Amino acid sequence: MKLTLKIWRQTNANDKGSFETYNLDNISTDMSFLEMLDVLNEQLVTEKKFPVSFEHDCREGICGACSMVINGQPHGPMKGTTTCQLHMRSFNDGDTIVIEPFRSRAFPVIRDLVVDRSAFDRIIQAGGYISVNTGQAQDGNAIPIEKDTALAAFDSATCIGCGACVAACPNASAMLFTSAKVSHLAKLPQGEVESTKRVLGMVNQMDQEGFGKCSNTGACEAECPKEISIENIALMNREYLKASISSDKMG
Amino acid sequence: MKLDAKIPKGPLAEKWENYRGTMNLVAPNNKRRIDIIVVGTGLAGASAAATLGELGYNVKVFCFHDSPRRAHSVAAQGGINAAKNYQNDGDSVYRLFYDTVKGGDYRSREANVHRLAEVSRNIIDQCVAQGVPFAREYGGLLANRSFGGVQVSRTFYARGQTGQQLLLGAYSALSRQIATGGVEMYNRHEMLDLVKVDGKARGIIARNLLTGKLERFAAHCVVLATGGYGNVFYLSTNAMGSNVTAAWRAYRRGAFFANPCYTQIHPTCIPVSGHYQSKLTLMSESLRNDGRVWVPKKKEDCKKDPLSIAEEDRDYYLERIYPAFGNLVPRDVASRAAKNVCDEGRGVGATGLAVYLDFASAIERYGKAAAHAEGIHNPSAEKIKELGRAEVKAKYGNLFHMYNKITDEDPYRTPMKIYPAVHYTMGGLWVDYNLETTVPGCFALGEANFSDHGANRLGASALMQGLADGYFVIPYTIGQFLSKEIRTPKIQNDSKEFMDAEQDVKSRIDKLLNIGGNQSVESFHRRLGKIMWDYCGMSRNAKGLEEARKMVQDLRKEFYSDVFVPGSNDEFNPELEKALRVADFLELGELMIVDAHDRNESCGGHFREEYKSPEGEAERNDADYTYVAAWEFKGMDADPALNKENLEFNDIELKTRSYK
Repeated sequence: MKLTLKIWRQTNANDKGSFETYNLDNISTDMSFLEMLDVLNEQLVTEKKFPVSFEHDCREGICGACSMVINGQPHGPMKGTTTCQLHMRSFNDGDTIVIEPFRSRAFPVIRDLVVDRSAFDRIIQAGGYISVNTGQAQDGNAIPIEKDTALAAFDSATCIGCGACVAACPNASAMLFTSAKVSHLAKLPQGEVESTKRVLGMVNQMDQEGFGKCSNTGACEAECPKEISIENIALMNREYLKASISSDKMG
Repeated sequence: MKLDAKIPKGPLAEKWENYRGTMNLVAPNNKRRIDIIVVGTGLAGASAAATLGELGYNVKVFCFHDSPRRAHSVAAQGGINAAKNYQNDGDSVYRLFYDTVKGGDYRSREANVHRLAEVSRNIIDQCVAQGVPFAREYGGLLANRSFGGVQVSRTFYARGQTGQQLLLGAYSALSRQIATGGVEMYNRHEMLDLVKVDGKARGIIARNLLTGKLERFAAHCVVLATGGYGNVFYLSTNAMGSNVTAAWRAYRRGAFFANPCYTQIHPTCIPVSGHYQSKLTLMSESLRNDGRVWVPKKKEDCKKDPLSIAEEDRDYYLERIYPAFGNLVPRDVASRAAKNVCDEGRGVGATGLAVYLDFASAIERYGKAAAHAEGIHNPSAEKIKELGRAEVKAKYGNLFHMYNKITDEDPYRTPMKIYPAVHYTMGGLWVDYNLETTVPGCFALGEANFSDHGANRLGASALMQGLADGYFVIPYTIGQFLSKEIRTPKIQNDSKEFMDAEQDVKSRIDKLLNIGGNQSVESFHRRLGKIMWDYCGMSRNAKGLEEARKMVQDLRKEFYSDVFVPGSNDEFNPELEKALRVADFLELGELMIVDAHDRNESCGGHFREEYKSPEGEAERNDADYTYVAAWEFKGMDADPALNKENLEFNDIELKTRSYK
């Protein structure tokens, strides 16, 4: 198939950036989207040009590295799918595809389609863990956890930290990301102990990083490649309210 | 050099316990004055950094990703082994030890493997305490499944995302230490050299990938947890960025590289679809619990719709050849069997390089059980399938979904097509019982070392080893080195050794940028991969290896005269990063070939065509090759020197591996 690509090029954070147009021919429908970009990059290198920088690693939809907005949608048109798992059969011969980085004040552009998502790490560092040192654990079966509870915690834990929720949100809010971790740990008996401190710390950090507020548009859930439910946000709000009322010492 | 593995004395089962109780300690007030560098944040690196931080050491940890959570451990699907015997099916520490040594075709070090089996139990406890959401039974207790090469159920799992959940556990422990300030994290930093001062590892040179600036980091010791080198084959199940550079640079600085030819070819991957292919995707081994592997009996059936091929015209070749283990034979055995049937011309798919993995029987079996449980009498065939598909979905849903996305086929209705692909490297930096390399103060953990899996790794053992090394081994054994360093003042990063190493790295970078040739880095990598796969892949022979060595040498020459690397060093430049990695793969490839040529036997993942039984099974040569081949760098113009660590088996009798 033949394609026209309009790709955001920006040399560094200070550069203004602009779209560049590229034409590609002989693209197979079995190629992944990133393999299509590999073809473009190999072509650019042959022409002694600087290839398009984009983040990618596992190419199996699990590492969360790939991060681009394709025709206005983070990770492109296919539901529950990361960019690396998107295949060219989702497009038509002759299509024009617009490719941009994830945009948010808290995710500054590094180069082209690569953005800095270290704000997510800092949110986790603000409480997204259970305080247990190595060697302190009791037997794994000492606390039975109801299967449904374990599954619910697992569903929240599947977040890959890609940032599509932020890119999708009109307010660039990180509520889905933050709430997925808060919920994962709050749902488990091991994590419940610190839930007050955790939710206050993580929400505070999220606000400091410059993410926007949640206005319940639901765009995050719709674009999340792991289909993390917006119910996590509701749970986090309850946790936050509970924590704010019950423990003014912690705030 | 005489290699001393420093294996503690005493009976096998008591070695670790006694050693732990008598080894040297570093007092808390001294720990605060000691700096440790950890490179890599996968399961081994993140767990080591977190635990060393908890103990009070000053830790600096490095990863080339934008976040430590993206390390490739994240992609492990199936599970993690532990000798918990929760299923009451006869498992024990000894059995896990035995299975691992046997699975590794008797080429691993007994004492290390036994320790691994012992601490496996602690890992599960630790991860549960961290909030890792393992699969559970209705009673709320942990669930298990089976993996290849064993006859018990000892694999713990979190749907098909076990690696991700375990890594997030280790990442959360690491994040907690970063928050306390005990651990300093350096994202987007790639280690490009190891720095030695007075013979000891005292730091690294890292490139800041955002700015290109070379930075010198000094510490009392260096821990490498930088993963495996499967990407030397270009196409593998490894992530695109996985590379050998850190380990390779340690090798060039004097750390021996052990058994580089032991590579694991995983039997169940999605077959190659075209020349543009950038990587291969694994379908978890857990699928072989329920999937049956087959090809048509007759060549002329190979292009037919598999559903139209009658039961009696199918060859379930693993069940036929290996009735005792059936579809759950170890990976090396399953891969070679797939290659053999494809070589016979009975492979399926467009390229003829694929076999079927069929879930129809499992769907029917589960469907009938579900119908019975729901009290449905005389269910229709369609109802059984519907119920069965739901059960299979609950077990393997995300894997089926992934398969569907990549191939556009529905594996609930038509069998999957799979083919072997490079997945894991058992070889790595040689380490002693303390996980210390031949460079004092330089340690290697996880896939980066060679020690536990011999010539073939069993499924669900990589996660176990990474976490064992990081959580439960290195925090103790590192004290054997550091207890002698408590009077060593802070290491300075501006000594001559550091400045020289930085200059070396700068010259390597300048050299690559100044070649100004016409071919892309990618094209060289692809060509290297093809040589390695064709001559040093699933089967090898002496003549081919000799030719391949010459081909790799020629390719390396061509690389240094005709590669084109765009841009400059002083910017975010992924092509330059790749060029530095491929340059090291071009050296490693030759060493793998040298090692494969030296080993005149077939064992585990290393299959030499000259050494096989009449039935085509691998034939070991225990009299001459029961050793670890530890290679020593002697300069680019000289052959590497072979050092042997003889393996002693006191607790296990060496047998021909049989899964029949």
